[in-house]
Amino acid sequence: MLAQQYGLIGVFALIAFIFPFVTLAFTWLIRPKRPNPIKQSTYECGIETVGDAWVQFRAQYYLFALIFVVFDLEAIFLFPFAVAFNKVGWFALFEAIIFVLMLFFGLIYAWKKNALEWQ
Amino acid sequence: MVGQALFILTAGITLLMALGVVLARNLFHAALFLVGAFFGIAVLFILLEAEFLGAAQIIIYIGAIATLIVFAIMLSRHVMGKEAGAYNRNWYFALAGVVFFFLLLGWLLIKMPFNLVTAEVPADAIAQIGQGFVGHYVVPFEVASVLLLVALIGAIMLARER
Repeated sequence: MLAQQYGLIGVFALIAFIFPFVTLAFTWLIRPKRPNPIKQSTYECGIETVGDAWVQFRAQYYLFALIFVVFDLEAIFLFPFAVAFNKVGWFALFEAIIFVLMLFFGLIYAWKKNALEWQ
Repeated sequence: MVGQALFILTAGITLLMALGVVLARNLFHAALFLVGAFFGIAVLFILLEAEFLGAAQIIIYIGAIATLIVFAIMLSRHVMGKEAGAYNRNWYFALAGVVFFFLLLGWLLIKMPFNLVTAEVPADAIAQIGQGFVGHYVVPFEVASVLLLVALIGAIMLARER
């Protein structure tokens, strides 16, 4: 039963993986091939590209990533609760709200500390 | 039979990805191989009918930890886009350590008497975990939220005070 359900996901994942290769190969087969330097240049919304893509990123992204990790963990804790939602009644909803509120305070703390501001 | 073949295929791909992590010359590519290895582990969990662990593996390891690693690489000045060798002068020490741990773990796995549980995994295992979270294990569940709150505040404190 379970294996069948995940088999469908597996088939879907396989098709999703193969799809871009097939698309690229097909367009490569049927397209006319008349390159010139302008066609070969990197296209970025019609604007000439500047510099290297391998640059050092702003350290502030890391703070966002750390905050994201905490809320990601919250999501994995709430996921089984959401699956069991129809079986557990109102009191359980109250418990889950306490769980979410606790992290909501964390969000308010982050907000107050200007951790969400871009500087 | 099909399960066995799927397991061998997945385990093989996971091992190849793990090898890629170690051997990739570009640190960023190593991180991407790591995502592949994490995904292989998630598939292994699902083959073992441990759906919740599979979902947790994808959401936490790929969604969060791999993201953190990729960010850490992108923020480091000296690594982005540079090729770095996988070897240095101490490689034979590492090899000796790895062989030792491989033999130790292999010996433990062979000697360990594993109790095989033949009971079926219930179809609503995730729902049962959820019921456990708000029923019998409600205190650990709420304590986990406090732990996450502490982690969040700690992360902000550490990252803000430079």
